[in-house]
Amino acid sequence: MLDLDDIQHFLLSRPHALAARYEFLSFASPEAGRAWLAGILDTVGNARAVTDAADSDTRWVTVAFTWNGLRALGVDESALATFPAEFREGMAARAEVLGDVGNNHPDHWDAGLAGPDLHAIVILFASDAAARDRSAAKHAAFVSTCHGARVLSSLDLESLPPIEYSHDHFGYRDKLSQPALEGPDAIKPGEFILGYPDEDGNGPNLPQPEVLSRNGSYLAYRRLQEHVGAFRDFLAQNGRTAEEQEMVAAKLMGRWRSGAPLALAPEKDDPELGADPHRNNAFNYKDADPKGYAVPLGAHIRRMNLRDTGAHMNRRRMIRRGTTYGRPLPAGAADDGVDRGIASFFGCASLVRQFEFTQNVWVNDPKFQELENERDPIIGTQDGTFDMTIPKRPVRKKFKGLPAFTTVKGGAYFFLPGIRALRYLSAGERPAVSEPRSGESNGART
Amino acid sequence: MNDLKPIAAALPRKGEKLVKGRYGSMMPVTPANGFTLIAKVKPGSAPTIRAYGQKIEDTIRESPDALAVLRLHYLRWVLFDNDTRFMYIGIFDTDFDKYVEDAVMLFKATGITTIFEQLEGFPADWRDNPAAFAEFCRVHQAPSFMEYAQYPDISAIEVVKAVTMKRALAEALDQLQ
Repeated sequence: MLDLDDIQHFLLSRPHALAARYEFLSFASPEAGRAWLAGILDTVGNARAVTDAADSDTRWVTVAFTWNGLRALGVDESALATFPAEFREGMAARAEVLGDVGNNHPDHWDAGLAGPDLHAIVILFASDAAARDRSAAKHAAFVSTCHGARVLSSLDLESLPPIEYSHDHFGYRDKLSQPALEGPDAIKPGEFILGYPDEDGNGPNLPQPEVLSRNGSYLAYRRLQEHVGAFRDFLAQNGRTAEEQEMVAAKLMGRWRSGAPLALAPEKDDPELGADPHRNNAFNYKDADPKGYAVPLGAHIRRMNLRDTGAHMNRRRMIRRGTTYGRPLPAGAADDGVDRGIASFFGCASLVRQFEFTQNVWVNDPKFQELENERDPIIGTQDGTFDMTIPKRPVRKKFKGLPAFTTVKGGAYFFLPGIRALRYLSAGERPAVSEPRSGESNGART
Repeated sequence: MNDLKPIAAALPRKGEKLVKGRYGSMMPVTPANGFTLIAKVKPGSAPTIRAYGQKIEDTIRESPDALAVLRLHYLRWVLFDNDTRFMYIGIFDTDFDKYVEDAVMLFKATGITTIFEQLEGFPADWRDNPAAFAEFCRVHQAPSFMEYAQYPDISAIEVVKAVTMKRALAEALDQLQ
């Protein structure tokens, strides 16, 4: 059912890449933007090609645009006006909605991400850091030939050792819970990709023109600096032994750092369980842990997905991509102030319903789930005045005044167009505005 | 932590800053937080609206938690001015902005949206456009100039929890006799 030749691979499949480079671009004129896009178009991966490609083939790139970027490429105002309000405003303007206040405010973001000049992102995937650097050099050389195109900033990413499994700078195994698009628990594709039925019906009206929006997705990009020293200090202050410290880490996240979910391993870590994709995500809360004695109600993964204790959960899922940046902090070393963290993309069909709801209601509302004065311990905006309750028998434990383990250093709302849409953008055409009804095929198109 | 004393507030409060929500300006949280929606009824549709009284009674009898996601304390639905106008009074615990999509899905599931469709000015694309639904509510909200709460800032969930605990404790004490 999904048009895998037309959908960019980014949300649906993954090249076997252990490194990547994000280039944030700005275009002085539509001609500059189109010239750049035309030059890289053949390397943009579609879902079918990337899935079929050999593991060693990592030459794919991914391209996405901000609303300002679509305008910069020459999309006209009447079409631009059909995009959703929150995408038009951009993530920086939505700071209050998202809870990006204090140290997380866009005024403190890096690298030009909060400004109106951010037009596009290109992700260069690579098999390792050396290949990434070669790819980046090649891209830089190409950009210099596109008069009027410039790189605002870049970010080098690579998987942290040990590379056998994906994990972040805090040591948590990552990427364990993704929405299923196939199988018995499948969520309708229209929750993530425009032009398909979603969990509520036919999906929202497609922005115009349809050739631009069909098979596209919205991406919420977040760059989170991880304060490894502060995190390790917190574990040391709240756990006398290594085991106790692992438990503290587990209670904050909802999973042991091995990936084993507290819901299935409430007392003791189980690294085998953590590593087993058939078991490490098979759990629920309503019957097994309604009060949070295993997984605290405010733990990160319980906030991100309420499972069977939330209403209409299939309308609130997102496909997550991204990885770590910055060199790791050696075990036992004091924090060296190096910029390190995790850069993530959240793919969905409605930024306001999926991403913004999560941030506003589940991450940063201090009264989430009747908790008093608690925000997400890992990604919430923490300023030292919020707590976290750990239900425990006979008496619960409370962490008072959690420090900030992360800081938002950048973000943006991007639109991830389909391949036909990219060709449309690079050619600068102006087809007639078509019927706004989505979810129905318009038949063959060029 | 509030001291459980009653509160009254003259509204709007001076110098109150409007906070931006996901769908536009949020209505500030007040002592008897919620809606007073007032709208004209399409001519002749009052009987359709009135029939929902029994429908909702039946729905809640069958599924008591059907409206739980709305975080309601109380609802009052009124037809007045000779059945030409409809008033929806709801007292609930959360900013409506946070749960607009859940409310729209819930109304669809219970058929309550049929009532809204009888109101003049209700958006035709409400099914796919929670923003338009939220805007309709904002435009038709008749804001209070005074609200009183006997037990301010206590959610319906907390009330039920507290009474449940009190009953359990009372039973345990009785069994100790």
